[in-house]
Amino acid sequence: MSSLKMLLRIALVVAASFARSAEPPASAGEPLARGTYLVTVAGCNDCHTPMKMTPEGPKPDMDRMLSGHPETLVMTAAPTLPPGPWLMTAAVTNTAFAGPWGVSFTANLTPDRETGLGKWTVRNFSETIRTGRHLGRGREILPPMPIPMYKNFTDADLAAIFTYLQSIPAVKNRVPDPRPPAAALASAGS
Amino acid sequence: MFRAVRHWILFALVGACAPAMARAADVPALPQHLRDTGLYAEGVLAFSPQYPLWSDGAVKHRWIYLPPGASIDATQPDAWDFPRGTKLWKEFRHGRALETRFIERTADGEWRFASYVWTADGADAVLAPAAGIREMPAPEAPGARYAIPAQDDCRACHEGAPVPVLGFSALQLSPDRDPLAPHAESSAAEANLRSLVDRGVLRNLSPELLANPPRIKAATPEGRAALGYLHGNCGHCHNDEGPLAVLGMTLAQRVGSQEPAADAVLRSVVDVQSQFRGAGGGARVAPGHPASSVVALRMRSREPTQQMPPLGSTVVDAEAMALIARWIESLPNP
Repeated sequence: MSSLKMLLRIALVVAASFARSAEPPASAGEPLARGTYLVTVAGCNDCHTPMKMTPEGPKPDMDRMLSGHPETLVMTAAPTLPPGPWLMTAAVTNTAFAGPWGVSFTANLTPDRETGLGKWTVRNFSETIRTGRHLGRGREILPPMPIPMYKNFTDADLAAIFTYLQSIPAVKNRVPDPRPPAAALASAGS
Repeated sequence: MFRAVRHWILFALVGACAPAMARAADVPALPQHLRDTGLYAEGVLAFSPQYPLWSDGAVKHRWIYLPPGASIDATQPDAWDFPRGTKLWKEFRHGRALETRFIERTADGEWRFASYVWTADGADAVLAPAAGIREMPAPEAPGARYAIPAQDDCRACHEGAPVPVLGFSALQLSPDRDPLAPHAESSAAEANLRSLVDRGVLRNLSPELLANPPRIKAATPEGRAALGYLHGNCGHCHNDEGPLAVLGMTLAQRVGSQEPAADAVLRSVVDVQSQFRGAGGGARVAPGHPASSVVALRMRSREPTQQMPPLGSTVVDAEAMALIARWIESLPNP
């Protein structure tokens, strides 16, 4: 092989690597399809769709898909765990979680304008995931939301997820605000 | 022939890399030491906003630098356009200087944010990690602890407004200063609208704003101070132009609006049901009832899921809470 051909080959390989790095990684397909796929495999339904008991065990109630903790399920005070390695308790729906951070409730991700993400912009959504703060600048998003992993989504993937979430049926469901830890409540009342 | 092709290939490769190389060449890394940011250079101006942000009682000093011959374009009265090369600093003191925050508009037109931490002997201030410092000893700060914000925390507040410079604006630098504004420092020798125009560093400011300096039009002097406090402490996020416009709640005062800005604020909070249902709250502001007004409830909380502002403070501003309570009590109950 001549040195010219060798140089051309090297140049083409380098140029191809630049071309690849300019594209969002592995984001084949249209945003809606990509978002559908990502929401499915990233486990969003595990916590944001209430579980219901079936003869085969708990399954997501897809009539309430991604609508968060049901407002009709009023949670009593979380049980106090005995000393030991247990950390967290969960609601029967897997939509409310009690731990050292207090009680967190999964959000309504449907496009309902009053109780879901219907008024949100893609910037609101991306900044929430990226910063781990509500709307990118409010309170911190609480456990067990896997922000430390999800903040690594590409901008294109976050936009695709948002596109999908805006396309699903709106469910009116006002999720409660998080509850402070019992110790904080006790000191506030004292 | 071979040489020409080789040169063409090299040229093409350099072209492919050019954007990254240009950015690296135009925007040097942040200096490791505060003294190298230009704070002590000729032409740095001190200023004080009339409605300062509460920072747990820290004493603060602020400065701005504009490149020689450059000026701020005030064509948009609520979104001044700062020239590239603009730098701002804010020093925080509890007894001694603890931290100096730094904002810069770089050559590529972007804004960057950093913080410098002072050594205990005051001899040097060193660039803080981008993730901030969650807690450092500070004997004279509340709780003897002090937190350095992460650069993302800087962006959370500063990028919620039309312009990331928050305390250097027409209302904040108005010569018609509010005598009831909590924690305001004197500005007699510092920059204000008039002095900036006279120096030629502020251009295209509406003559109307010079003739009648911005002033919040409220029903009472306490109302003016309360609305000013909400502007200075909350309005950078809670406004109708930034990403939180989706909440439909504005606490920012706009000097360029035809309608008195105070009216827009009142319309968005008074007797408007809050989305926040915790802590027994109802309306954002319930006239006559500060105890059930969510704005006041959340300002009075330092529980992390409830407190407002959500970051940058661990101590409630008692003086401001008294002012806000008196203002809410004074609002007419429809």
